[in-house]
Amino acid sequence: MLPVLIPILVLSVTPLVYGIALAFTDAQSGRTEPTEWIGLLNFTDLRQDTLFWESFRTGLLWAAGVTVPQFLLSLGLALLLSGRLRFRWLARVLAIVPWAMPEVVVGIMWRLVYHPDAGILNETLGTDRDWLGSLGSALPAVILVGIWAGMPQTTVALLAGLQNVPGELHEAAAIDGAGAWRRFTTVTWPAIRPVALAIGALAFIWNLNSFALVYVLTNGGPGGRTRLPMLFAYEEAFRYGQFGYAAAMGCVLVAVVSVLLAVFLAGRLKGRDT
Amino acid sequence: MRAGPRTPGEARRRPATAPASRPPAGLVLRRRAGRTAQYLALLGYLVFLAFPLLWLVSTAFKPPRELATLHPEWIPDHPTWDNFRQAFDEQPLLRAAGNSLLAAGSAALIAVAVAVPAAYVLARHRNRLSRAATGWVVVSQAFPLVLLIIPLFLILKELRLIDSMAGLVLVYVTWSLPFALWMLTGYARALPPELEEAAAVDGAGRLRTLVSVTVPLLAPGIAATALFAFITAWNEFFFALVLLKSPEKQTMPVVLTHFLGAEGVADLGPLAAASLLATLPSLLLFAVIQRRITGGMLAGAVKH
Repeated sequence: MLPVLIPILVLSVTPLVYGIALAFTDAQSGRTEPTEWIGLLNFTDLRQDTLFWESFRTGLLWAAGVTVPQFLLSLGLALLLSGRLRFRWLARVLAIVPWAMPEVVVGIMWRLVYHPDAGILNETLGTDRDWLGSLGSALPAVILVGIWAGMPQTTVALLAGLQNVPGELHEAAAIDGAGAWRRFTTVTWPAIRPVALAIGALAFIWNLNSFALVYVLTNGGPGGRTRLPMLFAYEEAFRYGQFGYAAAMGCVLVAVVSVLLAVFLAGRLKGRDT
Repeated sequence: MRAGPRTPGEARRRPATAPASRPPAGLVLRRRAGRTAQYLALLGYLVFLAFPLLWLVSTAFKPPRELATLHPEWIPDHPTWDNFRQAFDEQPLLRAAGNSLLAAGSAALIAVAVAVPAAYVLARHRNRLSRAATGWVVVSQAFPLVLLIIPLFLILKELRLIDSMAGLVLVYVTWSLPFALWMLTGYARALPPELEEAAAVDGAGRLRTLVSVTVPLLAPGIAATALFAFITAWNEFFFALVLLKSPEKQTMPVVLTHFLGAEGVADLGPLAAASLLATLPSLLLFAVIQRRITGGMLAGAVKH
């Protein structure tokens, strides 16, 4: 069975291992002298880089700000869509659209909505605000877009989880006079908990690593208020050519993500029959 | 003014005498209120979902005068196709679409060709190696793209493949491989092994069985996986932004950002028009395979 796995190993494992290794070098683009190992120097530099920590904090705020409301809304929606309602198909079909759209288009679309003059948001609210351009509203504004863009995936995944809820248990609980909330806490949630937590963890990780959406919406501005870690690392690597340093940033993100993944994988392995 | 006969609504109103078999009025009312709340929630979601989309469409069909106004309207007074024509004039959209088609198409085909045998093996053999591979797939989904692109950039530079379609395709294959593997393993596990055993009893070898029994049975799953890989590559932005420097090689999403201009001052009409056009292919394909994708993801998420 090994031969068929070799292409995977070469194509997928090599770049990531190489990427982590680069974090311990002084690799730069367009430099003529050979790259050298510099140990933890990138990381000690990173420790003093206040701009990076600012972007890291922004990244965590963004990821939490998107994931938590998105998860709750998606759960509510999935419960709604799994029930017997008319027009459910319409909601299901529409819900897929943001998923199929290029992130760049989603960003452009919301720029049109947020546009200070020609945008529909100011016209609807009767305000006169540069939503993406002012320090106070930029991060909340991009978070709203993140929620919009990511809801389909989480909703569909949660809907799938809901299909595993045994219907008889639900009916039995209903006959026993349990209200909707009680049925949710005693029957539905315990049944979908492992899947739901996994979805939440993955969504958080994806959001932490996101790039295109915010790049198009604000490119990190105003004043760095929406500069996510990935935007920061991209600039460091491809504008200033600091490959080693940018790789070190990536490693810090991986370290955070690994903790989450460990929790996630532990949960999955426990829930598995093998 | 209507002063004549009673309105239909009034005529339909009945005295409130419920049949004896009905549940108590309080419960019915509560249930009806719950129903209404559900529909309102659904309606709220649909509005949240649809309003930016409708605004994009509206903007795409507005003449410049209606875009420059301080009080924009939902429905253009003088809808026009000019923005679409102008979009093609301003940026090389056809070429960009061709580049995207080439990159996404090749990447999808190669990724699936590599992933099918691997997925088959992972689905049929459960041991430490296959479990490690599955774990790796999950882990790789969580890696920040910088950690992938910097080494790939250096490798491609060695191979002189920076700013080339071949380099981009290679990166897309690397990037979509784990997920393709995941989806396909899910599909392969759903196949009954008895069919392969029967083929083996008939004297067919491993490879023969894979080609003549497993692949045909897997065909719908393979198609769905390939289309999904195509859509993600068609929509992809980060790698294309980093790798493609010359304008004539750039893909659709990168070209779209050129409409935004350096200062973020954009020609809104053509921008919206081009965005709509760029979305159509993935939207259509997604509609075709939507059920399969969600099914495949579930198979992956639930069974692994």
